[in-house]
Amino acid sequence: MTLREFLYMGGYAAYVWPSYAFTALVIGWMIAAARRAHRNALMAARKRLEMERPGS
Amino acid sequence: MWIWFHKLGSPPHFYRIAGRMTPWFAWIGGILIAAGVVGGLVFAPPDYQQGDGFRILYVHAPSAWMSLFTYIVMALAAAIGLVWRMKVAHAVAASCAPIGAAFTACALVTGAVWGQKMWGTWWVWDARLTSELILLFLYFGYMALRSAYDDQQRADRASAILALVGVVNVPIIHYSVVWWNTLHQAASVSKMARPSIAPEMLVPLILMFFGFNILFGAVLLTRVRGEVLLRERSADWIRAVLSKS
Repeated sequence: MTLREFLYMGGYAAYVWPSYAFTALVIGWMIAAARRAHRNALMAARKRLEMERPGS
Repeated sequence: MWIWFHKLGSPPHFYRIAGRMTPWFAWIGGILIAAGVVGGLVFAPPDYQQGDGFRILYVHAPSAWMSLFTYIVMALAAAIGLVWRMKVAHAVAASCAPIGAAFTACALVTGAVWGQKMWGTWWVWDARLTSELILLFLYFGYMALRSAYDDQQRADRASAILALVGVVNVPIIHYSVVWWNTLHQAASVSKMARPSIAPEMLVPLILMFFGFNILFGAVLLTRVRGEVLLRERSADWIRAVLSKS
């Protein structure tokens, strides 16, 4: 099987590749969004603790 | 077992254990998915009816499965949170919704692309497709309901009830291809003992299923850690976490 044949996907290239690309996009977003949410929570906690400290 | 469960319910323990487990889940899930993609695109033979077009199965079926599985996890966590008032359980339920919505969107889009080729249409209002679309709206409704409350506890309780009511949709989606005469094909791997597909086709699918499940574990743990931090902003253990990072 040549690379050209592989990319051609037996005539289904226009359906197979977009499906895989969209799935990769969704999974990529999932990981990035989860990491961002965790990082934001860490930053929010840090900010809150810094604000508490002078009073206590 | 009970002690272990109890420990996991305590936010500092959960935060620490989840942080240690996440990279393992992420790497194992990622490797399984990579192997599944290579197997599905290269090693699996073309389908005798659908040619190479059937390869969409390897991303469509695991996404669709995960859209249901995530909902089940969300509903179970919501129930545990309601009954035992466990903070971490509510954090798990809240974290499931965006992940489940993403899997559902992925199942719908890859399914539409597949349907366009095999059925000649992006969308039909048949039982399987319609119930899956309702699942997407359930996830959106859950997130909207949560954000409508300022009070965390009330948001937890109200959204937990919505999640539990929505569970009726899960068996409807699963059995829709059996109960109704749908355009959607029946499950490819329903008989565990004697599956109706060739091993070269089956193995990549199994790899993808496990890969998606395990990667989901890593994503969920990361989100829950964030939720736990937000919920216990003033606890001492967070000071310790912050001083380490």
